[in-house]
Amino acid sequence: MSHAATNPTVVAAHNGHHHDPHLAHHFETPEQQYQSGKLGMWVFLATEILMFGGLFCAYSVYRHNHPEVFEFAHKALDPVLGGINTVVLITSSLTMAWGVRAAQLGQKRLLIWCLALTIIGGAGFMAIKSIEYNTKWKHNLFPGSYNVYSKTFTGEETPPLDLAALNSEGHHAPAHEAGEAAPHPVKTIYDTRLVPHDPNAGTPDEAKIKPSFATSTGMVTQAPPAAEEHLIYTDLGRDRHHVTVFFSIYFLMTGLHGIHVLVGMSLIYWLLRRAIASQARFFADGLAVTGTGLFFVYLGWLIPLTFLLIGGAIVAAIGIVIALMFAGRALRATGEGEFDPTYFTPVDLVGLYWHLVDLIWIFLFPLLYLIR
Amino acid sequence: MTAHAGTLPIGQAGDHEHGDNYLTHGRGIKSWLFTLDHKRIGIMYMILVCANFLLGGIFAIALRTMLWSPLRMFDANGNPTGVTQEQINASHNLYNHFFTLHGAVMVFLFIIPSIPAILGNFVLPMQLGAKDVAFPRLNLLSFWIYMIGAVFFVYILLSGVLHAAFGISLPGGWGLDTGWTFYTPYSTARAQGAVVAATLGAFILGFSSILTGVNFIATVHMLRPKGMTWFRMPLFIWAIYSTAIIQILATPVLAITLLLLVAERTLGVGIFDPALGGDPVLYQHFFWFYSHPAVYIMILPAMGVISDVIVAFSRKHVFGYNFIAFSSIAIALLSFIVWGHHLFVSGQSALANAIFSMLTFSVAIPSAIKVFNWISTLYKGDVRLKTPMLYALGFIFLFTLGGLTGLFLGALSVDIYLTDTYFIIAHFHYVMMGSTLFAFIAGMYYWWPKMFGKMTNETLGKIAFCFVFFGFNLTFFPQFVMGARGMPRRYASYPIKFVTEHHLSTTGAYTLGFGLVLVGIDWMYSLKRGKKAPENPWGANTLEWRCSSPPPHDNFATTPLVGDPYDLHGWVYDPATNGWVNPELGHRSSDSPSAPSHH
Repeated sequence: MSHAATNPTVVAAHNGHHHDPHLAHHFETPEQQYQSGKLGMWVFLATEILMFGGLFCAYSVYRHNHPEVFEFAHKALDPVLGGINTVVLITSSLTMAWGVRAAQLGQKRLLIWCLALTIIGGAGFMAIKSIEYNTKWKHNLFPGSYNVYSKTFTGEETPPLDLAALNSEGHHAPAHEAGEAAPHPVKTIYDTRLVPHDPNAGTPDEAKIKPSFATSTGMVTQAPPAAEEHLIYTDLGRDRHHVTVFFSIYFLMTGLHGIHVLVGMSLIYWLLRRAIASQARFFADGLAVTGTGLFFVYLGWLIPLTFLLIGGAIVAAIGIVIALMFAGRALRATGEGEFDPTYFTPVDLVGLYWHLVDLIWIFLFPLLYLIR
Repeated sequence: MTAHAGTLPIGQAGDHEHGDNYLTHGRGIKSWLFTLDHKRIGIMYMILVCANFLLGGIFAIALRTMLWSPLRMFDANGNPTGVTQEQINASHNLYNHFFTLHGAVMVFLFIIPSIPAILGNFVLPMQLGAKDVAFPRLNLLSFWIYMIGAVFFVYILLSGVLHAAFGISLPGGWGLDTGWTFYTPYSTARAQGAVVAATLGAFILGFSSILTGVNFIATVHMLRPKGMTWFRMPLFIWAIYSTAIIQILATPVLAITLLLLVAERTLGVGIFDPALGGDPVLYQHFFWFYSHPAVYIMILPAMGVISDVIVAFSRKHVFGYNFIAFSSIAIALLSFIVWGHHLFVSGQSALANAIFSMLTFSVAIPSAIKVFNWISTLYKGDVRLKTPMLYALGFIFLFTLGGLTGLFLGALSVDIYLTDTYFIIAHFHYVMMGSTLFAFIAGMYYWWPKMFGKMTNETLGKIAFCFVFFGFNLTFFPQFVMGARGMPRRYASYPIKFVTEHHLSTTGAYTLGFGLVLVGIDWMYSLKRGKKAPENPWGANTLEWRCSSPPPHDNFATTPLVGDPYDLHGWVYDPATNGWVNPELGHRSSDSPSAPSHH
């Protein structure tokens, strides 16, 4: 919880009978400090739940008010990717819990592995999430008035768009972008007058990020499987003006959750740094910078944006240099990490936070992806 | 830290007599801005919060001044006055900005942090017998977050001044004219003001409040020393603890609401705007789900201050300790189920209205329990009318008026008539200002000697009280009258028939302002010339009075013995030091502890 008194000599001088370097001056015992931290974290998690509670409440109200909209619009989401992400996040919760156990038992090497795997899990979740966001981006399914269904975005009439087809497009997004023909029979649903306004028209990136359905011949989409009965746009009636609300809620909920994942990853990295030998910390920093750079490279390739590609590559290169500079020292390191069976509070608390992040996703996934 | 257990007499300042106290413990601005000492953090809050109070007060005076003689196109006889429509529009626009900023600054920057962040930070750990709050670093963080949040409001102010005076436009709009409630869809779709800056500011301030709440809850649960049982805690701690429950359970909902509002205004997400498929009443539900409990964030700590002050100056044990303690918790819990009474005319269903009305009445029970217990404490007490006590008595009087008029507004049929009139304004100013501000000043006077080691000037304090009390009632009592006669709130102008009430009200505002300036002068004078304060100037038995004034850096060399916090037996006035001493307690060493005296 605190490293106010990391210098043991200072504490020893202060405190005749206690030599615990992690014990802050206003606590009597490490147990009291640990329990305080744990209580504080639980209370904080309660505030997090209430904050998300507002969004869940908004979700309930709008799902109640516009049930058809939710049934129609959720088809833009890909339950396969969402499902994979659920597995990834639950697995990362497992490694986190395992890490807490390792810290409590003093298995320092296992702790390092668990924390590293948890970070990788978080990164994997964000990578898959970015594929999903990217698919929405390509189809102008933005939040709010930038959405392709928004009246303010398209003018008088919003376009019918068979969202069920987007699912399978989502799987093949990069391939589709490369211009390959859709693997299933296609049909034209409406004429060119209703093609939505393309916000990227005239920009240099137009060719790259033009919505795939906005071709000159009208919207091209796959036919839905014949057996599956599903709502189409015209079934929505007056509610079709409210399709954007679903996307707004989707982006706000998953976006806020994504921010929490990033915060959690940063906290776990902070733990990781403290869990490894002090001589190896710069080596770990190098690896972390490399990982961040590679993530930007990946985003740059996905979107695609050249400056992200190049910038990410430069960052990754710097990270590799740092890692190599300190690799020798790290390998020769004999020191040990801070956490042991007498002091593992931060691992425990961050673990609680990470489980909350996981738990929120476990609620988000069925609510958003598995409607019907 | 500086002495070994057993050698230092309990309750004595010991080697701290030689000058080392929390104020002198470190020097330079850095030793303050990066301090982890709860007392210094409390003092820093005090400076910023009082500065913000001054700011909010200036807006109040400005809008009351505008209401003295609003611009009119026709005079009382129906003759044209020569004022153009443009001038009137400009004046009305300015008025909207004034009342919005008055409300937003007072609520988010003054009342909410006032007692918990200043007095709570300073007093709570000492009353508990702890050396600090549970998470000192988090405490400092929440102060920093408060400063960052305040910067947003400074920006709004700057944008307004630059626009009005020089025609310069800063990004994000200028000023703020939505009312402090940011009601949608006006705030998201129409308002020209810096709504995003204001809501982000309030969002950030909310986190300051949340972290303070987390800290106090953990402190009360985990840092009570041996002997400090739940029912030996001073009532101020019970009040702050109840407040902390509200802070952590309500504020996150405001946070997400304001985020949604920002998203709505910037991206057009359509959660609250009916044109985009949203529901503006949902915004009101969300907003009041926080903001009604927030009313109790404002009043509960005030009640805690009053409980302590009344006891010390009645020289008598508090009446009905358990009832006061549990009524705080009851108010905290009830505060979450009454928010709908802000939506009686917003299209809420009749059934919901009836239920919320009924629940609203139930809050009167714990509130009245407190008032009756305070009065019973006074009964047959040896009442000393020192300055803090005057404010405490003023609190009881004004809170009773404010609370009872709240019942008028909780009654459906009456509320429909009184909604959005000055009656509401008068009601919540009697509660928020007449009660919370009076309690804040009472608490400041009460703990001032402990904070700075100086006494305030009683004569000046009492004169100031007369101005504040008289000025307050002159400002807000006429507003009950004109509200009941139909004067709507938030209007920059009014029919001639309300001119007397408005003039009385404005006169009162100036009187009140003058009184508050006198209070400020009293405090400043005390810092400069005040008499040295004894360890226990009021003869109270709570633990903060067992350490020197001002307290040493670590509060207590050894944890003090804990007894009944309101058992005043044994404390006698000592004219030599101008303070109170307890022979039973005073020179006892911890080698031979006798049982704590409680009955």
